[in-house]
Amino acid sequence: MIHIKTLNNKKLTDNISVKGCGECQTSCQSACKTSCTVGNQKCENQ
Amino acid sequence: MIHVFNINDFYCALDTNSGLVHVIDEIVYDLLKDDSFKSESKVKIISHKYGQDITKEAIQEINSLINNNMLYTEDLDVENKIKPAVKAMCLNMAHDCNLKCEYCFASQGNFKGKRSLMSYEVGKKAFDYLVKSSGKRVNLEVDFFGGEPLMNFDTIKNLVEYGRSLEEKHNKKFRFTITTNGVLLDDDKIDYINENMSNVVLSIDGRKDVNDRMRKTVNDKGSYDTIINNFKKFVSKRGDKDYFARGTYTSYNLDFAEDVKHLNEIGFDIISVEPVVAKPEEKYALKDEHIEILKKEYEKLAKYYIDSYPDKNKRFQFYHFNIELDGGPCIYKRSIGCGAGTEYVAVTPEGDFYPCHQFVGEKEFIIGNVDEGITNEEVVSKFRNVSVNEKPTCRQCWAKYYCSGGCHANAYNFNKDFKVPYKVGCELEKKRIECSIMIKAKLQ
Repeated sequence: MIHIKTLNNKKLTDNISVKGCGECQTSCQSACKTSCTVGNQKCENQ
Repeated sequence: MIHVFNINDFYCALDTNSGLVHVIDEIVYDLLKDDSFKSESKVKIISHKYGQDITKEAIQEINSLINNNMLYTEDLDVENKIKPAVKAMCLNMAHDCNLKCEYCFASQGNFKGKRSLMSYEVGKKAFDYLVKSSGKRVNLEVDFFGGEPLMNFDTIKNLVEYGRSLEEKHNKKFRFTITTNGVLLDDDKIDYINENMSNVVLSIDGRKDVNDRMRKTVNDKGSYDTIINNFKKFVSKRGDKDYFARGTYTSYNLDFAEDVKHLNEIGFDIISVEPVVAKPEEKYALKDEHIEILKKEYEKLAKYYIDSYPDKNKRFQFYHFNIELDGGPCIYKRSIGCGAGTEYVAVTPEGDFYPCHQFVGEKEFIIGNVDEGITNEEVVSKFRNVSVNEKPTCRQCWAKYYCSGGCHANAYNFNKDFKVPYKVGCELEKKRIECSIMIKAKLQ
């Protein structure tokens, strides 16, 4: 494509049948805990 | 749902439901903005601006993405697949503090109650509960918090040892973290923390005058000079393990990018400086009228971040500019929110459980204790049914799978409703996401 470049290789909807293990870090978003948003966390099962 | 945005010369389209991020040029931006490509009259105007052929080509690319489910992806019906299991704890090791910071949500450390320290016995019972309640989950998180947790350091060491003793037997892995104001951080504690804590939060607000205005010693003096050398020594011995120099900005320093710069210049390379959350009547509170100024400040910080990147000695991480586009959590995790009260509890020195540290001291939010476990299902159920798609404002928001609905405590404290997010927080979060994506694209 000339006008569009996609940054990611995976969709959130890929392989959802094998996702949802719950092993990832909790994502407290209160400021006093560094507001960990899920967007900057990693999946533990990659 | 899509979100198109531009910062300076950067143009982007984000597809909420697939999570795909597309870097676009100005023509595609004009075509996608307000769905202009769907309107004949608007396309005519855009063709006039860029030329007919090039506009046609851009529309073809847009349609190609749509046909491949990469743009305007339909809403997902995400049913929660993650079974609730308490696997993370905030242990309030000390309801006491050796600083008295003006903005402290914990009422200068005592959480509106009496000053106290957690005993080893209470902490041990909390760990036993955590191991039991976490079921098959392997990774357990324990954050030593306060007040100031270093005021109860011997107990922390004993608890770490106890936690380690449980790991093999129960197939668990404890990740210990700690937050400290640095006053009591001496060589022994630095070495112990560096060896045993997977992450450490060092509280400092930035420039000396900014820090000292809010973070005061018990004698009303500024704390900067007391803590700065302790923190520098800590970082010099930390190696490549995680830590954050973590500050709070208020209405007194809307130019908080200068504080991030200061922290970077004095040797911290992992930095998090965050907006204060305070009642509007407080002078230092952030209000609606500050939002646009702060958004510009994030853009300024993003520019500094990008400019610093090529020089390894100047390069730093700003926590809220980190973003995982491919290796991030799954859609289920992104839907359920922070897990307060369901995956995560805060434990007081007396052994009471609260949904999270923000509610500690609000007695109606006690959900159990270390002896009986979780007993107050009525309160817990309120935290269980607040997934991002159950909040009307969030359901319509493009950022929902990045923030997963924001802080429940903020929603409750500002709006008395878990399902109505805190507006200032949302606006700043959205700007941070935009800046993160721009940085990711520019540095790729």
